[in-house]
Amino acid sequence: MSDAIKAATLEYATRLGDDAVVLGHRISEWVSYGPFLEEDIAYANVSLDYVGRARMFYTYAAELADDGRTEDDFAYMRSDRDYRNLLLLEMPRGDFAYSQVRQLLADVYYSLVLPELAKSKDERLAAVAAKAVKETKYHVRRSRDWVHRLGDGTEESHKRTQKAVDQLWGYTHEMFDMDETEQLLADNGIGVDVSKLRDQWHKEVSAILTEATITVPEDSWAVRGGRTGYHTENLGHMLTQMQIVHRSHPGCQW
Amino acid sequence: MMKQISLMPDEQYQRLQQRNNAEVKNLWDILDEVKDPEVPVLSIWDLGILRDIERDGSSVVVTITPTYSGCPAMDTISSDVKAELNKAGYQEVVIKTKLSPAWSSEWMSPQGRKNLREYGIAPPEDADLCEEGLTPEAHAQCPHCNSRNTRRISEFGSTACKALFQCNDCSEPFDYFKKI
Repeated sequence: MSDAIKAATLEYATRLGDDAVVLGHRISEWVSYGPFLEEDIAYANVSLDYVGRARMFYTYAAELADDGRTEDDFAYMRSDRDYRNLLLLEMPRGDFAYSQVRQLLADVYYSLVLPELAKSKDERLAAVAAKAVKETKYHVRRSRDWVHRLGDGTEESHKRTQKAVDQLWGYTHEMFDMDETEQLLADNGIGVDVSKLRDQWHKEVSAILTEATITVPEDSWAVRGGRTGYHTENLGHMLTQMQIVHRSHPGCQW
Repeated sequence: MMKQISLMPDEQYQRLQQRNNAEVKNLWDILDEVKDPEVPVLSIWDLGILRDIERDGSSVVVTITPTYSGCPAMDTISSDVKAELNKAGYQEVVIKTKLSPAWSSEWMSPQGRKNLREYGIAPPEDADLCEEGLTPEAHAQCPHCNSRNTRRISEFGSTACKALFQCNDCSEPFDYFKKI
C-alpha cells in the first residue's frame, strides 16, 4: 500500500466510522422513549448494528494510523471539528417521524453504498461492508414500513412526516459529494464513487415517499460541511454526552 | 428413478468436514461447552460462530466471527473460550475475529436448531421468507403449540438476531431466529 493510499484509506475508514457511530448514537437516544416497547427494542438493535460497524471501521483506522491509538480514541477523544460524518446523521432525534425519515434516507443510501464497498480491493473494508449489507436489508425494510405507515397514516402523522422530509432534504446532497481523498480511493478500486449512486437513491426514496403520499421536495437548498469538519451545533452537544464518561475516566476499561 | 434424499446444506457439511478432519478434534469437543450467553442452549459450534481452531506452537488459536456487527456477546464469548481452554490445561489462548465470509444463519447446526425450538425460539427454517428473503409478517411456526397462525410483532426481538412474533392460537409471544 503506497503512503498516499494508506493515508486516504485511514481517512476513509474514519469517515465511515464517524458516520456509523454518530447515527448509532443518535438512534440509541430512543431507547426507553420509543412509542411502544417492541419499537424501543428494535431501535436499540439497529443502533447496535451501527455502533458495531463503527467499531470495525475505527479498529481498522487505528491499525492504519499505527500510532498507539485505539478504536476508543477515535470515538471518544476527537472533538466535533475532527469528526467527518455526514451532517444528516447528526441532526437531533426530533419526533418519531423525523427520526424514521432520516433513517430511511440513510438506510437507502447504505443499501447502495455497502454492496459497492463490499467489492473493494481493500479486503478489510470489503469484509465490514459485506457483513453490514445483510443487516441493512432489515434496516431499510423497517424504516420504509414506518414511513409508509406514518406518511399514509393520520392527518397528524402525515403532516409531521412531510415536515421531516422537507427539513432533512437539504442535508442529503452532501451524501453524494466526492473529494480528492475519495476520488483517489474510487480510482484505485478501494472506495465507492458515491456520485454515481445519486440517481438510484433518488429513484428509490422518491418511490417510497410517493407510496407514503408524501411530496418529494424540489432540490432548492443544500447544506454541506460534514466531510471537512464543519458541523451543525447538534454534533457538539451529542458528543459531550457520548464522550463524557470516557473523558472523565481516562484509560478506564470495562 | 431413485428418490432424492434430503441432504445437509452445503455450508453445514463443510463445517462438519472441517471439524471431523481437524488435527485438534478434542479442542472442538472442549469448546462445545461454550454457550452463547444470550441463548444458552446454543454452543458456539451450534451457532456457527466458531470458525477454526489451530495449534501454533504452545498456544491455541481460536477464530470466531460475530453474528451481527454489533453483537454485544462477543467479548463474553471470547473470555468464555479462554476460560474453558485454560480449565482443560491450555494456558496460552489467542482469539482471532474473522469478518469474512460474513456469518450466515445457514451455519447453524441441526442440533442447534432443535435446541432452539425446544427452548422456545423458532429457528430460521420455521418461517417461509417473504419475497425479499427477509422475515415474513406472519406464519412463523409457534415453538410452543406448533401453530402457523402467528403474526410478527417486531422486526427486531430481544437481540439483533431475532424478530418477535405472537401466536394467535395460544397467545404466547416468541422469538424467531432470523435468516441472514
